Amino acid sequence: MDFSAGIFLQVLMDGVVLGFMYALIALGYTMVYGVLEFINFAHSEIFVIGAFVGAEILLGLESSGALATLHPAFVILVLLFAGMAVSGLAAMGLERVAYRPLRGAPRLVPLISAIGASFFLQDFVRLVESLWRNTFYLTYPTLDILEKNLSLGMGVEVPLKSFLVIATALAMLLGLYLFVNKTKLGTAIRAVAQDPDAAALMGIPVDRIISLTFFVGGAMGGAAGVLFGLHYSLINPYSGFGPGLKAFTAAVLGGIGNIPGAVLGGLVLGLMEALAASYLGILTDGAFGAEYKDVFAFAVLILILIFRPKGLLGEKVREEGA
Amino acid sequence: MKNWFFNAGLAGYIGLTSLLVYSFPRSVSAFLLFEASLLLIYYAPLSRAAKLSFTAAVLIVLMPLLGTLDGYYLEVAIQIGIFVALALGLNIVVGFVGLLNLGFVAFYAIGAYLWAIFGSHQANAFLPGGYFPLGQAWFFVFLLLGIAAGALTGILLGLPVLRLRGDYLAIVTLGFAEVVRALVNNLDKPINLTNGPKGITPIQRPPLFFQPLVEFLGFKPDAAALYPLYFYFLVLILLLAIILVTRRLENSPVGRAWKAIREDEIAAVAMGVPVVWMKLLAFAVGASFAAAVGVLFAAKQVFINPESFTFMESIGVLAMVILGGMGSIPGAILGATVVTILNLQLLKGLSLWLNGLRQSGIILSLPLLGSFDLSQIPAQFEPAKYERMVFGLIIILMMIFRPQGFLPPRQGGSTKLTTGGDTGEK
Repeated sequence: MDFSAGIFLQVLMDGVVLGFMYALIALGYTMVYGVLEFINFAHSEIFVIGAFVGAEILLGLESSGALATLHPAFVILVLLFAGMAVSGLAAMGLERVAYRPLRGAPRLVPLISAIGASFFLQDFVRLVESLWRNTFYLTYPTLDILEKNLSLGMGVEVPLKSFLVIATALAMLLGLYLFVNKTKLGTAIRAVAQDPDAAALMGIPVDRIISLTFFVGGAMGGAAGVLFGLHYSLINPYSGFGPGLKAFTAAVLGGIGNIPGAVLGGLVLGLMEALAASYLGILTDGAFGAEYKDVFAFAVLILILIFRPKGLLGEKVREEGA
Repeated sequence: MKNWFFNAGLAGYIGLTSLLVYSFPRSVSAFLLFEASLLLIYYAPLSRAAKLSFTAAVLIVLMPLLGTLDGYYLEVAIQIGIFVALALGLNIVVGFVGLLNLGFVAFYAIGAYLWAIFGSHQANAFLPGGYFPLGQAWFFVFLLLGIAAGALTGILLGLPVLRLRGDYLAIVTLGFAEVVRALVNNLDKPINLTNGPKGITPIQRPPLFFQPLVEFLGFKPDAAALYPLYFYFLVLILLLAIILVTRRLENSPVGRAWKAIREDEIAAVAMGVPVVWMKLLAFAVGASFAAAVGVLFAAKQVFINPESFTFMESIGVLAMVILGGMGSIPGAILGATVVTILNLQLLKGLSLWLNGLRQSGIILSLPLLGSFDLSQIPAQFEPAKYERMVFGLIIILMMIFRPQGFLPPRQGGSTKLTTGGDTGEK
């Protein structure tokens, strides 16, 4: 490994892919934080559920032999929509069961409940997969077209799947932007985030809007799960913990409650992590290698919270007591 | 007259359950019933002296006696003791002050590694002279050093992050614990500090300084039989110290300041409570308890590796505190006992039972449902592997139906459980 420009570009590309993945997950944290002011700790499991739905469909298609006959673009679209639908519904159900009964309780109570839900869902996925497949470590079947490399010059070869992640993420972000800013439902979400009491007085069904927020955030997480599976191929029920924590860091980095902030935070964190993974070893003469990339990410989180607790773009959360 | 009745009843119950424990080796239910006598003593309308003597009889006489006859029970008792101590430490931070610390296990790890590194050959890997392992007597010095190290790391972590909003604090402490675990896991190079994932062994145990006395009294026990009892009493003494400190703190101006911060931080500031100092103190006290327990844990296990200090453990201890009731000392004790037994014994017992069913070849025929071959129970379905699910359920159900826990604090009114910086109103 050295400092050649080609490798540097490769590393940047990895960072961008990782960053978009984090951004998609971070949206779920940040949107829920916007309306309810609490960390949906179980969001990382919603992400994992998306990844497992994708894996199950793909494995099902493979074993039935249909995978070879279907157009890969169609397969990927089916995976994405299924992952989004199931994860979105799971997030809604979670809100209904574990968080709604706690509305109005002191702040720590729903957070603790969310931690419980996170633990419960991890083992729930494990149980379902164990009963169904007798194993809970799944491998995504490879879609040949995604493994093809695209040459970017200077010896940089980027697999198509990286572009898939970036393109899908961009499309979803655009869709979310339009939804939140240009539709009535999006306006309702923003109104609830600003002031739930006033929103209720204006005739907005606050509980339903909160459900909707969970659905949208969950769907983004589910899509990220499918992309994660397609890109890194190995998943297990506990795969969500790391990406979830990083995505939360990304949301805080950008300014929690702030949708563009989550995207920016995700990209910054993804790039920093990729750079750290590749260059920490070189910079420290092999003393500290890629295994410290997580330490690096947490160090970033702690530093941001100390020096810029409102994040890069400032948080959009209503003032306390307001 | 009434007192006499209660005394006799309690003594009868204790005797009966001891007999049960004695006659059923490795029985969780018998042991739970026996442990429940402590709860009965706590609630019985008796004088302080009577309560104390009953507790002493159970913990100092009966438990070691039963434990000597069946080492399994002693092992369980020691594990429970360790978790009770951890839960009491976390209870100060979460229960008294209302700061959610999701990385409590980090302090435990720091204590454990402190003694593991210097109480084994490990320190020779980076310090010249070959002085290590240190002598057994150093264990007691390191118990104190552990307390200091815990307090110091607690303060170092607390200084920058205690100003944060409550939910940020939770994530930062979680991140801190992951950093500590990553360091412990990876610091086998460039300098071999922790021996990485392979762990450290053998670790020195505390000295049997009383052996001459025991032999003088006419017993001829070997070290293997003596050590479990020794650790049992060490844990008991440590617990006693922790409970005393916690109780004194709870009823002191410091404890009242802590609760004031928990109930309403803004009001506490207005009343002149030095909020940052008080939070730091709570962090330091909780961390020092955990680190001291860590030193003891390392000495007891003789072998430690990073696996013992995962996020899972932090959540387990949190579940204990929540189950018992945040801010309540008896609650933390109850929660730790129940969760430890559940985790160590009940789930494993259930797994064994299901295994037995599977192999029994019995075919159940249920009306309406048809027949069901018990050997068809999937082999993956092992309750012992699903502790996260159990913890998760406990936590969610407690938060929805009984957020104050099973033994909420008796005095001081409501536990509002607010986080720092929040007035609880919205």
